[in-house]
Order: sequence, then C-alpha cells, then structure tokens
Amino acid sequence: MIPRHLIITAVALLMLALGMAFYVRSMRSRATYMARGALTSQPVAAPVSGPVEQVTLYVAYDDEGVLQAQAFHIPLPSGRQQRAEELLRALIGVYLDKSSPHPLPSGSDLRGVYLVDAQQTGAGSDPGLAVIDLNAAFADGHRSGVLIENLTIASLVKTLSANLIGITRVKILIDGQPRETLSGHADLSGVIDVAAVNQLATELANP
Amino acid sequence: MLWSKVAARFNVSWHSKRPLGRMPIHLALLLSCIFFSVLVTGAPETPHISIYSTLANYSVPVVERNGLSYVGLLELLDPLGTVTAKVDGAHLKLSYNTSEFEFTAGKSRVKMKPGDLDLPANFLIENGRGLVPISALAGLLPRILGGPVNFRETSRRLFIGNTGIHFTAQVVSANPPQLVMNFSSSVAPAVRRENGKLDLVFEHDAIMPPGSPLLTFGNATIPSAQYWEDNGAAEISIAGTVPLYASFSNEGRTITVSTTEVSTAPVAQTANPPHPTFSHRFLVAIDASHGGTERGAALADQIAEKDVTLAFALALRRELEARGVATLMLRDGDATVSVDQRASLANAARPAIYLCLHAAGPGGPVRIYTALLPPATSNHGPFVDWNAAQAPYLSTSRAQANRIAFEFRKDQMPVRTLPADLRPLNNITTAAMAIEVTPPNSMTELLSPAYQRAVAAALADGVVAIRTGEEAAK
Repeated sequence: MIPRHLIITAVALLMLALGMAFYVRSMRSRATYMARGALTSQPVAAPVSGPVEQVTLYVAYDDEGVLQAQAFHIPLPSGRQQRAEELLRALIGVYLDKSSPHPLPSGSDLRGVYLVDAQQTGAGSDPGLAVIDLNAAFADGHRSGVLIENLTIASLVKTLSANLIGITRVKILIDGQPRETLSGHADLSGVIDVAAVNQLATELANP
Repeated sequence: MLWSKVAARFNVSWHSKRPLGRMPIHLALLLSCIFFSVLVTGAPETPHISIYSTLANYSVPVVERNGLSYVGLLELLDPLGTVTAKVDGAHLKLSYNTSEFEFTAGKSRVKMKPGDLDLPANFLIENGRGLVPISALAGLLPRILGGPVNFRETSRRLFIGNTGIHFTAQVVSANPPQLVMNFSSSVAPAVRRENGKLDLVFEHDAIMPPGSPLLTFGNATIPSAQYWEDNGAAEISIAGTVPLYASFSNEGRTITVSTTEVSTAPVAQTANPPHPTFSHRFLVAIDASHGGTERGAALADQIAEKDVTLAFALALRRELEARGVATLMLRDGDATVSVDQRASLANAARPAIYLCLHAAGPGGPVRIYTALLPPATSNHGPFVDWNAAQAPYLSTSRAQANRIAFEFRKDQMPVRTLPADLRPLNNITTAAMAIEVTPPNSMTELLSPAYQRAVAAALADGVVAIRTGEEAAK
C-alpha cells in the first residue's frame, strides 16, 4: 500500500505543474498580443496626403543661371523623413513640368531620403546627415555642365535644409550607390556641406 | 633667326673687315634688304633652348659668355622637379629632388654621386645665378634627372624622356591634291603663308625630324616639303605652285594641306608670335578638362567638350607664352587623366596658378569658378586633408578670379565669378580656378579660332596682371 504522505506529495506536485503550465500559456499570449500591437503602430507606407502647408522651394533658372526661393503650397505629412521626401518630389515635379526653367530628364525620380537626426544618434551614427537617393534616370540623362549641375545640387540641398531644421550635411546617392559626379562635373563623391551650399545659393541668387 | 638663315644661305661673313665701299653691289643690296627686313619684322629673336618633357614644354634664354652659349641652371631644372640652389662664395650647391650637386665658378668639375663629372667648359656664377654651358647639357642632365635626354645642340632643342612627336606626310591623289600629315600626338603650329609656301612652325611641340629633311611627293601642285629646325623651333616648309591652306582635324593630330581653305577644327591658327623669355618662378598649370574616354558634355552632335577644352588650352598656352609666362599643360593630347592625377601633377609642379578649362553651350557669360569649401575648413597639423587642400589658398583664388574677371570686362566680354563643387579645385595647393567658356550666341563661336584667341588673351592678360601684382608686392 502506498504511504499516505507520498500520495499527498504527488498530488501537490501535479497541481503545481498544472498551475505553471497555465501561467506560461498566459504569459505567451500576452507577449504575442504586445508584439502585434507594436507592429501595427508603425506606418506601412508613406502617406500620400496631409495638411497643405506653405514651403519654400529653391528653383533653378537656367536662362539666368540663378537659384530663386519660391513659395509653394503642398500637402505634407507630419514625419520628418516623409516631409523631406515630399519636398524633394515637389521640387522634381517643378523641373519635370513642360514649362520647367531647369528641365530634368524624363523619368527622374526620388527613391528616398534618409535622415540621421540627433535624437536617433548612437554609435556610428552621423547626426545632421541627410542621404538623398535619386534614381538612375535622374543622373544618367542629366545635362552636363558645371553651372547646370551645380544648380541642381544647390536646389536639392538648399530646399531640404531650408525646410527641415538640423540638416548640416547631405550625401547624394544614385540608385543607392555612390557616384563620382552628377554628369561629369558636380562632385558627388563626398558629403556636401550645407553651409557651403548656402554660400553658393547666395551667389546664385543674382545673375 | 632670320639673320642666321640668310647668312647660311648666302655665305655672309659677319666678321668681314672689308669696307662697305668696296663691297660687291649684290652683297650691298642683300644687306640693305636684310636691314629693312629687320626694321619691319623687329629685332632678331632672343636665342633660347626649347625643353620638351612629360611635365612641361617650355623654353629658357641662352646667353653668350666667353664665346660660348650658357643657360641658367635653375631656370632649366625648375619646372622639372623640386630644385633648390644655394650660392656660397664661388660654390653653388644644387639640390634636385633627393640628389645633391656642387658646382664651382670658373671650374668645370661638378661634384656628385656616384662620381664627379667634368663639363666641357667652366661653370659660371653671375649675380647668384648659376650658368652652365649648353654643350654640357647632354652629359650633365641625365646625371641630374636620372633618365635619358636627347639634346639637339645645333637647333637647341632638348627632349627629356620619350616625348618626341613623329609624323608622316603623303599626298593624296585627289582633285585638288591634298597633303595629309599625321602626327603621333596633338600639335598646334603657327601657320604662315609666304612666297607660295606654307610654313608650319612648331614652337611648343616636340616634333622629331623625319628620316630625310627633304620630303618629295611626286605631285605637280605640292611637289615637296622641307623640314628644318633652329633656335628651339621646328619648321616644315611646304612648297606649292598655288596658294596652300592648312586645316586641323583628329583632335590636332592631322594637318591637311590643300589648295582650298577648309575650316574644320577648333585649333587656332595664329601669326608666329615672338618667342618670349620666361620668368621661371611663375608657372601656370593649364588643365584641359576631360579627355580620352571621358568626353565631357556633348556640346553638339560631333563636338565633345574634351576637344573644345583642349583647343582653348592650346590657345591659352600660346597667349601666355607670348607674354613670357611659363606653362605646364596637364593634358596636351586625347588622354584619360583622373581628377586625382591632375591634382597630383599640378601640385608637384608647384605652379603659381592652376587654370582648369571647361566649355558649355551658348548663353550666359563666361564663368570663373573657385572651390566650394565649408567656411571653417582648414588643415591642422602636418597632414593636409586632400579634400580641403585648397582651403589655405581659397581667398587668394577668389581675389585672382576677380582680377581675371576684370580683364574680361575690360574686353567687353560678360563674365561671372562663382564657387562650385568641382574637382579637382578642392585638391589644389595653389591659387586655383576653373573657367567655363560659353559662346555668346551660337556653338560655332565656340569653335572659332578668333573667339578662342579672344578668351585666351583675356585670361592671359589677367594672369599677367596677377604676376605683375605679385612682383610689385615682393
């Protein structure tokens, strides 16, 4: 016959095992729920519209060889990165228009803008750096010339830095890859200093 | 040169003591013609040596001492490498790159490693300037430079390394006949027409003599051509029974001589300028942008920016050298040269000014660019940031750009100065500018020798004004 104290011990251990199993199951369900909530709180695509705001685009004019600040009203999302992309898409749209003062090749587009902001800095990061990624059509078909290419670069960088606080340097990529020049002249091999471009934009304000 | 040519052809003796009254009438007439020719054409040219090297083509003046021809040692070596000279009494210690040499005034022995060298005549020192007899150059320069040298002493043409340009010439039996001359590298001779002949004078091109100086073509219209060289220049004189015209093609590598005038290439044809002497410390580096596989902007269907920049560079070289400014061409043919190579070549030569030439389509003024650097950029310590090497020179570059722009405005040519993100301006360790040449109205103006000459002349005037200012400041 089994001693009574052994039966009591076995029943107690069985109840403890069942309790632990129930606890683990509830913890797992909770973790799954929290992870699903975290995923659904992130945007899955850039918003295509937002409140219309007035922004300043720096538009190049080939005939006079100048860069002029112009006010535009465009819908802008709230996120900095999305705002940067919408700003540059609006600028490229001006240049792709039939009456463009600084024509860009057909099919020119922005692939993305990536911002390294101060609050996101960590080891190896570069606060104040914006990376503009243009598509191949933009560079491959761009007209070649010192002034023409510098107008394009100054227009992009000045528009970005004037509308988004904290950008001090810009790196331009073509199809995600670094390139030596835009179309044989303007240097894209390094990081572009916004203060230097501001100086260029000032000089380009008058013919 | 004119005196010596006439003397050689008519056996005139300059040391004749025969009185003029007893001179034969034909000799008196001849001397009268020579006298009036000199009055018309100016004084005889200053004797000089032309030096052709991979780094620079330049010339230095020759002086006569004790019946021998001498040349300034420092002026000769300065464009070729890092050279310093220190005069201590009768001794001149010369340092060239990493080697050292000791010359002694009034002595022919030069102390050097691994063994001393005896010059064919004594070395001289005048006002701190070392003079070496030109007859010593063939033996002395290989020891100093550490490489082969070909010195054509009679014509005073010095080839350092493998720099010679060879050519072929043949008459194409077309109607009318054409003489086609192909050169192994781009050339830019001065073209002269006189007495039914067409003379191509190569002052700055390292033309090597053909196998025979007399080239015969067996053609009645263009029967022959004569090659000769004198006083640092080579000349090809083409005989014709009718007036002949030269046209340039193949990026300056082909010259076609025909009986009809053809304008095909963006190479200027100029009257032969007087050969200058050079201020050896003031060197201008001329960089014809693009080249080789890198064509630059397509300015028209058949016109690449690289060809236009080369034509302007050659025109600028002519204008600068006519004003006595020594030049260094970073590209004088259709070669692919990276921007880093251009900057390295220019920095190694230590020029006073670096000028990079670009070209663009019609519309807008000529643009003069300086480097675009962040306001606070500077170099610290012994290491220079390659991408900001221009920083210490940027204010000088801007001032000089404005000075050159002033010369353009004086010539009624619209001009604009701007900063630009354009390599290799950031990498240059001297005053550096890029000039983007634009034709006022149409592309044909960009190819016009007259327009090229006008732009080059304005640039050269600006450079001379800068040099004058620097000399005055010193």
